[in-house]
Parts: sequence; structure tokens; C-alpha cells
Amino acid sequence: MHEWALAEAIISSVSQIAEKEGLKEVREVKIKVGELQQVELDILEFALSELKMAKFKNAKFSIETVKAELLCRVCGQKWSFSRNKLDMETAEAIHFVPETVHAYIKCPRCGSPDFEILQGRGVWLESVKGVK
Amino acid sequence: MIDPRETIIGKRLEKVKSIIAVSGGKGGVGKSLVASTLALTLARKNFKVGLFDLDFTSPSTHLILGVKDAKPKEEKGIIPAEVYGLKYVSVVAYSKEKPLPLRGADISNALIELFAATIWGDLDFLIVDMPPGISDATLDLIRLIKGIKFLIVTTPSPLAFETVKKLLGLLAELKVPVLGVVENMKMRKSALVSRNVTCAGLPFLGDLPFDPKVEESLGNVDALLKTDFAKKLAAIVSKIPFNPNWLFS
Repeated sequence: MHEWALAEAIISSVSQIAEKEGLKEVREVKIKVGELQQVELDILEFALSELKMAKFKNAKFSIETVKAELLCRVCGQKWSFSRNKLDMETAEAIHFVPETVHAYIKCPRCGSPDFEILQGRGVWLESVKGVK
Repeated sequence: MIDPRETIIGKRLEKVKSIIAVSGGKGGVGKSLVASTLALTLARKNFKVGLFDLDFTSPSTHLILGVKDAKPKEEKGIIPAEVYGLKYVSVVAYSKEKPLPLRGADISNALIELFAATIWGDLDFLIVDMPPGISDATLDLIRLIKGIKFLIVTTPSPLAFETVKKLLGLLAELKVPVLGVVENMKMRKSALVSRNVTCAGLPFLGDLPFDPKVEESLGNVDALLKTDFAKKLAAIVSKIPFNPNWLFS
């Protein structure tokens, strides 16, 4: 997902959580970003700061990158995703739709494209804290 | 841990008046052909139309339309490519001609990703070409896309229609609106589909002939729209008064 679209989704989600939890002000938002999606953190942070609503204008957004780990369903091999081995076009495809990784990456041991993304895919809100 | 993407999907589609999933129980009944031709027909009637190929593992609308390179642009999200008057998104723009083997959870993730990131803008119709059956993509669409309606494609074959009955049963259980059923590849008189659909209280929209010229027209939209298949589909479509605001409400 594009960083701006991603930031919009985060802001929308934080807003919903704040309303559901009855928070008058959001103070802290913890976000986890999977390495597979190759999100540009600078752009994401900038987009988040631009899109912040009044209710959480003073909130601190902390972003943690999670390493991408893949597990072959055929032979059980576990390995890490490496952006450096990809050409620009492939990296961009995986950036937009991380599942296209199954078109481009194979198990380094048996060559199967049937692997599981154990961690490091997508973006998650770990916690939203604030004042009621 | 909360996935924030689903919260933005409604906003992404707020300017789309009607979302129509072209679906069926089995592969090979002509869903992609009906979806593509329907989208082109509506676009030629000056409606603003999007076509979203949601059959990630076996996409084919790009072949029907003859799209060589329809890469979406990146501008605060995914901006669909413009092809033949349609806003168009297919995973092929990213997976190219490579096989894309996906399990159910991957299909859900890719679907959510694309719905969350794609900025369709103002549309009268978004036509969604569905994979066959009642698995992940169908369940996700029903769960995530408010106001979606289904257009069902079958062939005269009892085998195809038997699977359609299961799809229709699911949609009825979940109270998802069905615009109607189209019978494709009709070669001889048979009332199996029309009778069963009508008995189920659903609109039978009509039949489309088995037209060998369709194969010859693949990749050429002008030739496609001149086939008997496309003319008959246009006739079915033209029976419906076109005001997407209320027609599909």
C-alpha cells in the first residue's frame, strides 16, 4: 500500500478506536510495519503528521519495523526476506501488493512458491493510548 | 493488534454509486467476458465505469480487453489505469505473466490491500470480476463492501447451474441482493436455468448465445462489441433504465 493511503487507514482506524474507547485525547499510537511491504518510513511519518486530527494532534506515533520471515510449506525451510536481491520493478510490485511475493520469490531450498509469511507483512496498530 | 486497512475501504468507495460483482459457481462460464463486456457497454453509454479483476490467481480481463500495460499510477494511493474509457485494476499489473499461487488468507490480504489503497474516485458503476465459487474473495466482498450486488453468470449445463444454486443460496442466506442471472453459451432451447431462477423469485435477465466470434475478438474491444454475444448483452442491459442512483439501490 502506498504510504499516504496507509497513513489514511491508520488515522481512520485510530479515530474509530478513540471513539469506541471514549478517548478525549490520543497520546500515543504504536504501529508495526512489516519489512515485506518496504514502506518508506519518512514518508509515512510525514503523511501521519499531515493527516493528524485535532483529537490526536499531540499524539506520539511510534513505528517499529518487523523483519519478514518466510516458511516453506513443502520442505519446512525458514528464511528472511531480502529487499537487496530484488530488482526495482519486483520490489515495487511487492510494495503495492505484498502477496505478489509468491510470483517472484521461491523457497531457497526446494524452489516452491508455496510458503507462508510468518511475520513482516502489512501494517498493524499495536496500541492506542489516551485520556478519557 | 489491529489491521487498519479495513477501516478505510468505505471511504475509498464512497463516490462509487453501484458496485456489481459478476460471479458464478464454476470457472469457464464466461464471468470475465460478461464483466468486461458489461463494463465496456456501460462506458459507451457514457457512464463512469471501473473494472476490477479480482480473480488474482487466474486473471483474464486484460486478455479480453487487450491490455498490454495497465500499470496503475501512484499518487497518495493507487490510481487505476485508464483503458477504453474504463478505470481498470488487475493484479497482473504487478504479477505480470508469472503464476501467482495464493492460498485463502493471501487472497483476502491482497483483496483488502487493493480495496484499501485504490482511489476509484467518482464512478457510476464498479464492475468486479470475481473468481468462481463461494470461497474467500466472495466472503470478503460480502463482508467488506457495503451495498454490493451480485450479477450471476451460468451456462445451460446442469453442472454449472448446480454450483450457481449454492452461490444463490449463500447470497439469500446473507441477504445480499442479486441483480439477476444471465445464461451464457446458449446453444439450444432449454428452460432449466430460466425456470429455476424464476421459481426462486429472482430475475432471469436473459441468455447469451454461444458465439465463436468471441474467441476471435479477444484482445480487440471494438471487435468484441460487434459480436452477437455483446449485442445480446447490450440488449439485456438496455432493458434496464439506466440511473445508477436508484436502479441498483
